[in-house]
Amino acid sequence: MSETSAGVEIRQLHKRFKGGDHDAVDGVDLSIRDGELLVLLGPSGCGKTTLLRMIAGLEHPSAGEIYIAGRRVDQDVPPRARGIAMVFQSYALYPHRTVSGNIAFPLEAAHLPRAVIAEKVRWAAELFGIAGYLDRYPRQLSGGERQRVALCRAVVRDPQVFLLDEPLANLDAKLRNTARDELKRFQRQIKRTTVYVTHDQVEAMGLGDRIAVMDRGKVRQVGTPHEVYEDPVDTFVATFLGQPPMNLVEQPGGGGRTLLGFRPEHLLPSDHFGDREPLHPIPLIVRRVEYLGSDRYVYGTVEFAPDATVIAKLPANIGRAIPEEEGGRLDFAVPERALCHFDAQTGARVRR
Amino acid sequence: MKRVPLYAAALGFIVFAGFPFYWMFITAFKQNRDLYVGAFDTRHVPWIFNDPPTLEHVRLLFGQTDFLRWVANTLLVIVAVVIITVALAVPAGYSLARLVGRWGGRLGMGIFFTYLIPPTLLFIPFSRVIALLGLQNSLGALILVYPTITVPFCTWLVMGFVRSVPWDIEEQAMIDGYSRLAVIIRIAPRLILPGILTVVVFTFTLVMQEFVYALTFISSVDRMTVSLGVPIALVRGDVYHWGSLMAAALFTSIPLAILYNLFIDRFIQGFTMGAVKG
Ligand SMILES: Nc1ncnc2c1ncn2[C@@H]1O[C@H](COP(=O)(O)OP(=O)(O)OP(=O)(O)O)[C@@H](O)[C@H]1O
Ligand SMILES: [Mg+2]
Repeated sequence: MSETSAGVEIRQLHKRFKGGDHDAVDGVDLSIRDGELLVLLGPSGCGKTTLLRMIAGLEHPSAGEIYIAGRRVDQDVPPRARGIAMVFQSYALYPHRTVSGNIAFPLEAAHLPRAVIAEKVRWAAELFGIAGYLDRYPRQLSGGERQRVALCRAVVRDPQVFLLDEPLANLDAKLRNTARDELKRFQRQIKRTTVYVTHDQVEAMGLGDRIAVMDRGKVRQVGTPHEVYEDPVDTFVATFLGQPPMNLVEQPGGGGRTLLGFRPEHLLPSDHFGDREPLHPIPLIVRRVEYLGSDRYVYGTVEFAPDATVIAKLPANIGRAIPEEEGGRLDFAVPERALCHFDAQTGARVRR
Repeated sequence: MKRVPLYAAALGFIVFAGFPFYWMFITAFKQNRDLYVGAFDTRHVPWIFNDPPTLEHVRLLFGQTDFLRWVANTLLVIVAVVIITVALAVPAGYSLARLVGRWGGRLGMGIFFTYLIPPTLLFIPFSRVIALLGLQNSLGALILVYPTITVPFCTWLVMGFVRSVPWDIEEQAMIDGYSRLAVIIRIAPRLILPGILTVVVFTFTLVMQEFVYALTFISSVDRMTVSLGVPIALVRGDVYHWGSLMAAALFTSIPLAILYNLFIDRFIQGFTMGAVKG
């Protein structure tokens, strides 16, 4: 039983599948700290699962190095010897074993004494509240219960690193919220290094100690949820995170070389801001207003970049009096501190 | 009430499937007079016993033919061919599905095509091979030849089945403490058990009903299988011993029907297991 957990170090990792014409994972450098929950976030097909499977040892890297707890594993350490536990998106439960048989499986593989196995199974089942289902078969469980069985099976191994591939993707929205909360609490409690894959930004923001945003095989940015949201390094990260995403418009007078980025929730009526706040005026021409209960989305355009759609997200208590008819001109602004500048060509952030 | 058509349809199928058994049954126990009188007397009702039943045909089958011997021979061949087929086709099908890259599918198709070559075309070259090996007129010939039909088909069948079992579970086992080899030996067979049972049933059925090769390679009555011995011994020239033929059919098909029904439960169980979220 390992007393301490351990970090994962990834250096210049590449993976090209046989017959593929591009790298599914394209030069990833990542250092996952001891005991943290790192979320791999990115659109479908960006290589998250491939990266996770390489850490697990189910896929051989084409190039690069992987270290778990300081030990290099990518060459010849098989999955079972890497000190990891993985939860697949499908849960991969053994269909012909009961819940307790499933949870006991890795312990039986390790030839632990029976009494120890029984005790650990009970401990894990109670931890995840499935102690009442121990004699059922997976086919007799709901999706949420199966997911907990898979998590139980992962924790009884007492691994150094947890690898979770979209473990909540099959749950309905309500269950997902509670499961997310449970997962977070559990991870805080045991403080084990965890790599969590998802393409759901809400999940990523809510769960992650840090988030690694991936796109087309590359890690674009690693940082706390706050950092990647407020301080994106490029237009991809800026538009991938946030609902609705960050507005991007050409900077007036910039010759089309610079893009101006600002979050919808920062675009508010000018008179809402205090006098001392340095403002960047963005006069908005209304196209449509969407009422969403707690918020209103104002869809519109700006004069200096008429092609781009700009969205303002107004909390219910702000600007109640704004005219909503189409073509109306609104006197909106963004505080200077909330503006981001991007290179129009490369999408990279331009800092001043 | 809405179920009435359903039950009616089910009843129709039961009659359709059960009628041959019924016909076998009454024919096997009818007196010859009762069997053949219909040709002269148009008022004769053929599907009931008009005269009291008799054991005469059964006695002929067991007393004057080597029926029990043939059953034993058939069982021996079945056991041997099932073992050979499972031992070859299951690992082959598994590796074609799991281990070989894009060539797996094509190779599988190629193997399947060999199954499509009919025995009527192959028995001549085979008889040369059998003669060369000195296996003429022995059950060894059948044990050697039948796998040429069962192995390709079953390889293909297992391949398809393994593809339908998610790999996740085996990968999970590799993370949970097993090596690749241990997964193949200890975990995978249980996962593909319904596929293996299908192979057994297919092989069983094939050996039970195969005729061409048996006729080609076996000449002594005491070495025949049921499918060969029964028609050879009970069709003498143009005289059909219908009663005994049907008795033979009855005594071989009823154990088979029971066996298959036992298996079918396992199949259905196998196909509906909640292995992964679905
Ligand atoms: N076994 C494979 N053979 C060939 N290409 C593959 C294989 N597995 C994945 N790929 C390719 O690698 C790329 C990355 O796939 P990956 O499964 O890692 O994406 P992902 O980020 O997990 O996506 P998702 O969110 O949809 O699960 C994709 O373009 C995919 O088509
Ligand atoms: Mg994936």
